[in-house]
Amino acid sequence: MGAHGIDTLRLSAEDALGLLERGEATSRELWEAYRAAIDAQNPELNAFLTLVDEPEGDGIPIAIKDVISTKGIRTTAGSKILEPYVPVFDATVAARCKAASMPCLGKTNTDEFAMGSSTENSAYGPTHNPWDLDRVPGGSGGGSAAAVAAGLAPWALGSDTGGSIKLPSAFCGNVGLRPTYGTVSRYGVVAFASSLDQVGPVTRNVRDNALLYRIISGRDVHDSTTVDVPPVLLPESEDLKGLRIGLPRQLNDLDGIEPGVKAAVASAIALAESLGAEIDECELPLSVDYGLPCYYLIAPAEASANLARFDGVRYGARSDGPDFREMVMRTRHDFLGDESKRRIMIGTYALSSGYYDAYYGTAQKVRTVIKREHDALFEKFDLLISPTCATTAFRLGEKSADPLAMYLTDVLTIPSNMAGLPGLSIPCGLSDGLPVGLQLVGPQFSENLLYRAGHALEGAIGFDPVPGRLA
Amino acid sequence: MAISREEVLHVARLARLELTEEEVGRFQEQLSAILEAVSKVSELDLTDVPATSHPLQIANAWAEDVPHTSLTLDEAFANAPDRDGDYFRVPPA
Repeated sequence: MGAHGIDTLRLSAEDALGLLERGEATSRELWEAYRAAIDAQNPELNAFLTLVDEPEGDGIPIAIKDVISTKGIRTTAGSKILEPYVPVFDATVAARCKAASMPCLGKTNTDEFAMGSSTENSAYGPTHNPWDLDRVPGGSGGGSAAAVAAGLAPWALGSDTGGSIKLPSAFCGNVGLRPTYGTVSRYGVVAFASSLDQVGPVTRNVRDNALLYRIISGRDVHDSTTVDVPPVLLPESEDLKGLRIGLPRQLNDLDGIEPGVKAAVASAIALAESLGAEIDECELPLSVDYGLPCYYLIAPAEASANLARFDGVRYGARSDGPDFREMVMRTRHDFLGDESKRRIMIGTYALSSGYYDAYYGTAQKVRTVIKREHDALFEKFDLLISPTCATTAFRLGEKSADPLAMYLTDVLTIPSNMAGLPGLSIPCGLSDGLPVGLQLVGPQFSENLLYRAGHALEGAIGFDPVPGRLA
Repeated sequence: MAISREEVLHVARLARLELTEEEVGRFQEQLSAILEAVSKVSELDLTDVPATSHPLQIANAWAEDVPHTSLTLDEAFANAPDRDGDYFRVPPA
């Protein structure tokens, strides 16, 4: 039991809201309970990079991924180049949390500029998985996922480009939504790949996820790629009657899916059937094979353009140089990390004269193929189910020397991301004591359906989100 | 799909990125492997397939043309490594 008798490990955000509404706890007490949990556990988890010492607001506290600008609170994006950076404005999602009276607990660790699948690319050291400290929490949003799993925050904001919400949620036993592109503002979010980046909620259960998505989503005048969003409904239904669920063979039978992951996903599918869903196999013949190469051209290409802004002139760190160009080149050499440099190099190469059509142009056409393949499936199915990742959380250091092996971690989350589709990862069981993620993908703007299905499955699965070593 | 040392240096110059000797060698090896893997996109017949640059079909997202407050000069300079009055100061070009 934590401070003020508040059990942060087990309390959902909705329950916390109940405590506030019934006057059984104050916002300040909640904040202090989470802060006490942070002070106790963050030294070994490294989930938070910056802590807020004075809460603002009288609602449920929240943790915010450090790629999201927070006025007056240091925002590093996991990079040394932004170590001294204190934003002078709030990202729209941070402003919406503020408008909902949610005090920020602090900023959570991330792979540098959200580029990675393990949080090991953070310039501030990796985050550790609360289920097993020798393992990664997934990435890039490992800090937000670890914070929620370990009871250091009732909920958190993440961001997802190739799987940075879904994957850490799977590895840490959380519920994570990558929303439909365009439903959540990117204004004030440190840009990685602008046609893919999307902010979303990381929570302990599906209803909390819907509550937070309701707060952050919607059109924003500061981001012209945002659109009006259908009202977000809190899921109630406990059955899946009438739902047609497709199991893409290429996602579910991929080589390298661990037996324990397969077993947990299979039992979730059996439960879905017993809840009334119609289940059928289907095919995504090209999206899985070509999704990863397509992503690793488009995302680095956009990243190389977005990261051009880090030049030592207007904000961030600067190295000395005899002239302007030398100053810029040294600044970028000295303060950008290895993976950022690698992606800048790949992206610049793919966009350079003579290669543009063969790489970036071709990848954009492949993206159309992937989108069409998914569109065709949604004529027959309401949603698609697969594992979120082929494995459970891997060991720290296991893949960090081999960029391509690390990139493969995202092979199951990337295809739907390329098509701009929403995806929900929910925990569906344990394999050797580590959480397994189930990925639910629907057509654009189908978040309410994903929540309905996720909530019903969550009830049937009965997963205990408290990490064994903390129980 | 091996890329040469000269190509690595050329791309680094385009990206305004200084590299050490060790980085040049390592990136030459890693970029070659990554580019070989992503070249898979060229296997498909993409005749008559249009490009997707953006996942939503949005055209002309208009905003009302109304004046609003922007950052003050002090806010805009708050994170500058070096400032000279109303200018960002940088080394000579």
